[in-house]
Amino acid sequence: MKSQTLLAVLVVLFLLVSSSLYIVDQRQRAIVFQLGEVVSVKTSPGLYFKIPMVQNVRFFDSRILTMDAEEPERFITSEKKNVLVDLFVKWRIVDVKQYYISVQGDEALARVRLAQTVNSSLRDEFGNRTVHEVISGERDKIMEIMRQKADADARNIGVEVVDVRLKRVDLPSEVSESVYRRMEAERKRVANELRSTGFADSEKIRSNADRQREVIMAKAYRDAQKNKGEGDAKATKIYAEAFSKNPEFYSFYRSLEAYKQSFQNKSDMMVLEPNSEFFKYLKNSKAK
Amino acid sequence: MTNDPQWGRKKNGSGPPDLDEILRNVNKKLNDLFGGSRKRTSSNNSGDGSNSGGGDNFKRLGGGLSVGVLLVILLMLWMASGFYIVNEGQRGVVLRFGQYSETTPAGLSWHLPYPAETVELVNVSQVRTIEIGYRKNVSSKVLKESLMLTDDENIIDIQFAVQYILKSPQEYLFNNRDPDEAVLQAAESSIREVIGKSTMDYVLYEGREDVAAKATVLMQSLLDRYKIGIAISKVTMQNAQPPEQVQAAFDDAVKAGQDKERQKNEGEAYANDVIPKAKGNAARLMEESEGYKQRVIENSAGDANRFKQILVEYDKAPDVTRDRLYLDMMQEVLMKTNKILVDSKSSNNLLYLPLDKMIEKRSTTTATPTVVAPAAPPQAVSPDPINNAARTQRSREAFRVRDRESR
Repeated sequence: MKSQTLLAVLVVLFLLVSSSLYIVDQRQRAIVFQLGEVVSVKTSPGLYFKIPMVQNVRFFDSRILTMDAEEPERFITSEKKNVLVDLFVKWRIVDVKQYYISVQGDEALARVRLAQTVNSSLRDEFGNRTVHEVISGERDKIMEIMRQKADADARNIGVEVVDVRLKRVDLPSEVSESVYRRMEAERKRVANELRSTGFADSEKIRSNADRQREVIMAKAYRDAQKNKGEGDAKATKIYAEAFSKNPEFYSFYRSLEAYKQSFQNKSDMMVLEPNSEFFKYLKNSKAK
Repeated sequence: MTNDPQWGRKKNGSGPPDLDEILRNVNKKLNDLFGGSRKRTSSNNSGDGSNSGGGDNFKRLGGGLSVGVLLVILLMLWMASGFYIVNEGQRGVVLRFGQYSETTPAGLSWHLPYPAETVELVNVSQVRTIEIGYRKNVSSKVLKESLMLTDDENIIDIQFAVQYILKSPQEYLFNNRDPDEAVLQAAESSIREVIGKSTMDYVLYEGREDVAAKATVLMQSLLDRYKIGIAISKVTMQNAQPPEQVQAAFDDAVKAGQDKERQKNEGEAYANDVIPKAKGNAARLMEESEGYKQRVIENSAGDANRFKQILVEYDKAPDVTRDRLYLDMMQEVLMKTNKILVDSKSSNNLLYLPLDKMIEKRSTTTATPTVVAPAAPPQAVSPDPINNAARTQRSREAFRVRDRESR
């Protein structure tokens, strides 16, 4: 029985100790309440003591949390265009007490609060900028401004905004359609341009080839004519040399040749007078 | 400890399961002990069915041995619960009273038993992957993620995957609530920022690698800002293309590029055909002219030579040679041609010669009529060649014979 009472005492002791000790994890902050009143805030991890039954402890996540909008929000840019924006906010509880007081430690409530802040400042930023600036030019600038604004505001609820990032910045679907049409037209332009420059290139090459052909042929003709001329000249010289020995006889001789050559065809028709020199004997054998 | 709800949550949330089990065991054993002492007279095997062999032992020991020994055994069991195994590729992160104390490598290790120390195992060497714009397969697209606006306000469709490893297990565990989700968010945000600053053609064609590289850097800087303990090892563009709605137009543009090349090539083919041919023709012209030149020269030489030789003989007897040459020529000429002998002095001006008809007839009949018009009255000269074809034929032949004889 003695050992049993010892055991019972041990157990009671164990229960007492375990309910008065608590551990704050590396990832947590804790608030100690004493009958509903905040008595201390534990910001570093470790083993702590509390008065059982009288004090109770609430833990809060000290890691970076994410507020990710489920549905993209519609914003209007300076040129009155709608854009759909999806963003996320990285935030962290820094002042646990303030956080508890402001949002009763309710994370969902904190998220709503953050979303409101971010959206309203985002609306301002988008309202001053064009779509192009929002999408590319000043994207990081917007995000930085948003982070600062949101951070300044979130401090009121004990929260630090680590980052505000735009995820999707898209055009609404009805606008997307017209974007597609424009893209199509643009491609068509490119395609046509490509085809016609292709045609132009081809024509250039072809006409160049034609030109080269003409030039080559003309040069060849020139050289050929020159060659022929040389031949003709030489021949003329030879003829002249030979024929100048007796020009009168050459003229006679050559004429005879020419007559022979000229009257070769059977269909040639000669109308002759019988009193020509050739027929003198035809009339009279004694002709003289 | 059960009256604090936070404790209970904590235990279930992050405590390793083996610790819970051990605790439950210990609780059960304690209960068993008390129960056993109270109802020792009742049946021995009460509640033993679900208990481990240790319970049986305890029972027997509880009966015979002192509480001190029991406590020692309990203590030993408790201490033994601190052993844990870290698998290859994992790290054990040990927390002492919730505070980080050390990171242990693979193998068997020991930590102070619960609740003094706890261990969390983290897989560090495993390469993790997240997919953006698709799930598991590039064809199963998630359009909400994959469609993005570019700098020139075009829309493109991009799928990419991010591979990452842990560089610091404790940062990974302690600084962000849902680190893997954070990678996804950072990836989506940075790729959209990069795409938003690039033109469509750049993303689609030459800049793919560059876009991935820029996104990697941006992503890493974001993650470093969150101290998340993750290193992005690779961002791979699975696919970057125009949206389906305009795909056809883009394909056509690509085709147009091909067409351009084709036309160019065709032009070159034409050039390659024409120019060599022209060169060949030019060469032919040259050769021909050379041939002409030679021919003309040789001909002239021949002619000159012939003339010179005749001239020598002509000089010896000019008159005779002249006559002979003339008569030879006349004979040759008259033999070959049709002739009509007309005495123009005695005939009047009404002489009618149907030359064209004669020529026509020559071409139809193969005969070679020789019309000799004697110095006779003109009405007898030309009979109608059409009506009296046969007769004239005959008479002509007779004439010819006579002609030959007279020669």
